[in-house]
This record gives sequence, structure tokens and C-alpha cells, in this order.
Amino acid sequence: MKIILADALTIAAKDLRNELKSKQTSGMMIIFSSLVILIFSFAFDPTNNTVKAIIPGLIWVITIFSGLLGLNRSFISEQENDSLTGLKVAPIDPSSIFLGKVVANLVLVTIVQMLSIPILFLLFDYKFHGDLIWFLLIVLTATIGFIVIGTFLAALAANAKNSEMLLPVLLLPLLSPLMIGAVQATKIVLEQEGITDAISWLQLMAAYDLLFFAACFFLFEYLMEGS
Amino acid sequence: MLELKEITKIIGDKIILRNFSLALAPGESVAVIGPNGAGKSTFFKLAAGLMQPTSGEILLNGEQIKKKTHLLKKRIGYLGHESFLYSALTPLENLRFYGKLYKVKNIEEKGMELLKAVGLHYFKDIPIRSFSRGMIQRLAIARVLLTEPDFLLLDEPHTGLDQEAVSLLNLLIKERQEKGIAILLISHDFEQVIQVCERVLILNKGRVVEDKSIDHQRGLMPFKNWYEAAVSGK
Repeated sequence: MKIILADALTIAAKDLRNELKSKQTSGMMIIFSSLVILIFSFAFDPTNNTVKAIIPGLIWVITIFSGLLGLNRSFISEQENDSLTGLKVAPIDPSSIFLGKVVANLVLVTIVQMLSIPILFLLFDYKFHGDLIWFLLIVLTATIGFIVIGTFLAALAANAKNSEMLLPVLLLPLLSPLMIGAVQATKIVLEQEGITDAISWLQLMAAYDLLFFAACFFLFEYLMEGS
Repeated sequence: MLELKEITKIIGDKIILRNFSLALAPGESVAVIGPNGAGKSTFFKLAAGLMQPTSGEILLNGEQIKKKTHLLKKRIGYLGHESFLYSALTPLENLRFYGKLYKVKNIEEKGMELLKAVGLHYFKDIPIRSFSRGMIQRLAIARVLLTEPDFLLLDEPHTGLDQEAVSLLNLLIKERQEKGIAILLISHDFEQVIQVCERVLILNKGRVVEDKSIDHQRGLMPFKNWYEAAVSGK
């Protein structure tokens, strides 16, 4: 397991270094999320108090759709020079490729969230009074679930002709339970309602994360074999 | 010793390899030649552990190559049609990455030595996206040699190389062979096959139609004639 983790970190570090140099994916993700926030801030009147109710949903709209851009690229970028074959012939466990990609995607999406969520609050004139620790925990749990299943499906879709179109079609229905939980829990924390309800949603999301992580981790090997 | 025993590979309803057998001893250099679509690259993918045979077995030092045999994979250096390199990274970063995956010790030192050997040390800090086809091929060769494998599987390694680089590659292959590393080469360049290898197999329609030692004294023309006769079945 130690070796799998070390190899995963090597792959994640390579992906992040690659991204740091090209800024191809992160640039697109940041521009996309900023545009979504800007368009929504024009579409809805931020001074209207009822508009505040859409903020939890908006956080996840931005995360999912900008994240999709990054997920799409994570395996397609390995097709250039057939680098994925280079990873497959290397003496590493295929699950370390999956773990490495999950870590790299998680870092990218977290950076986008760290930039876009404060901008969202700012443009919607929203003053955060909720519990920051619970809020961060909810965001992190839901993001992990999204990235785990998204990375697995991105690997699955990468070999298809229209992978950019296939990934959202496969991913969005599977994400529904996680997103219902994420939006509800975020709403509870932002509106400072009883935290016990948020904990129930958090437990649901944690169970989703564990279930899909285990399934994707073990199935990834077969996915690589078939690609 | 790398042994392929009675290998058959069927993809869809097409038989790619039929009862293919080959034994490669340490220090031996064998060329696999044949027309396009003969099954040469599929044979390499099977030997590198990228594919599993439909029937038959592949043994490396007596142990069967399966999906989980990471230690055995470490002993095989595979140079495919593509370079497997990352365009945004520099030559040294690419070698460092693969060196870490293959658990190579003294990566920096070995990486620099190999970059010097393939003539890319002046370009070590430049992202390889600006490199020519030949420079990328040189780096791909350095990547394969970095891991110090016992078996080198080279799929058309001379492609895109200039004359100087071809001589350099042949020299590197010969040096490795003298150290006891076994070489398996796929090439359409018969001149290089004669220079580098001691034995040659002709693969046609998934079958080995000829297997003989190369007579280096006879030269290129008799070799070409022999190949054409073997492939046409005359």
C-alpha cells in the first residue's frame, strides 16, 4: 500500500507540474467559474434576500461544471505520445494511476473552489456567518466523492470518440445523490440551521464516497486492461 | 531468459498470432521483421505485459508474466511506436518521473549521464514540445535505458533518427548487449537489423516463417532477397 501511495504521489506531482507549466486546464476552469458567477450575478438581483437561497446550489454548479473541464483533460492528456501506455508498462499497480489522478484533480478543483466561492459571496453580497469548519468539511466530502467517480468515468470515457460529451452524460446521473446531500448540507450550514441535520447529510456523502472509492479503486485495473 | 511458448492471440474474430514461440537468452539480439500487419507489435505488447495471450504462456526467468508481476516488468525496457513522454516537461523531468516509477537509484546522476550519451544534455531544461522527432526519439531511448532493464524491446527505434543518432543508438545497443542485456528489435530497416542483431525471425500473417542466424559477411542484398522469398512463400 505504501508503494501504491508513493507511486500515486509521483503521478499526481507530474500532473500538477505539467499543469503548472501549461496552465491549460486550470486557466479554463477559473475563467469558466468566474463567468458563471458573473452571469448569475446579472441574472439575479443580489440585493434581493431570496436570491441568497440559490447560493448553496450555485457553489455546486460551479464546482461540477468547472470540474468537468479538468476531469475531461486528465486522461485525454495521457493520450499525447501514448503516455498512458508508458504508465501501464511501468512496474506500478494500476490503482496508483487512479489514486494519482484523483489527487491531482482534487488539488485543481480545490484551488478553483478557493478562488470562486469567495468571489461568489462577494458578488452576491453574502456575509458568511455559518460554521466555517462544518462548511469546509461538507465542501471537501462532496468534492472528494465528485472527483473519485469523475476520475474513474473520465478514464472510461477517454477512449470514446466523443469523450467530452460522454463524461457529463455518464457522470451527472451518478452524482445526483451526492449533490442532493451536498446542496442540502451546504444550505443548512449557510443558513445556520440545526447542525444535526447537516451531519445526516454528511454521513450520507461519506458513505457514498467510501462506496464509490472502493468500487473505482478495484475496478480501475480492469478498465486499464481494456483500454 | 525470456520465453514465449505457443502464444496465440485472437482479437475479435481475427487471429493475430498463431502458436508463436521464442526464447531470448541474456546477451542475445534478435530482430523480428515482417510486412505490415504481420503481428510484430502485438507480439511486443504481449512480451511487455500490455496484453494477455489468448493461449500459451510468457515466462521471464521461469516466472509467468501476469498483470501483477511488477518486479518482472521492471526488468523489461519497452520502446514503443510513441515516446511515452510528456510534452510540457523537460528531458530531465521526464527521466526523473519514469526513474521514480521504476525506483531507479541516483536518478539525477544517471539521467544526466544518459542525456549526455544521447546528445541532449544542452537541452535538459527545455520542454520537449519544441523538440524534433529525432530528438524525442533520442530521449525515448534514454528513458528506456534509464531503468537498466535485462531485456530491451525496441519497436522501430531508428525511426526519425539522423545518421549520427543511428550510429549512436547502435553503439548504445551493442554496449548493453555486451553487458548481457538481451535485445529484441522490430525494424523495417534491414541495414540496421544486420548491424545490430545476430538472429532474425520473419513473421508473416501471425506465423514465424523463418528463423535463422544473420551472416554479417553476406551484406544487404542477399538478406533482402531472402526476406522477399520468405514473405512471398517462394
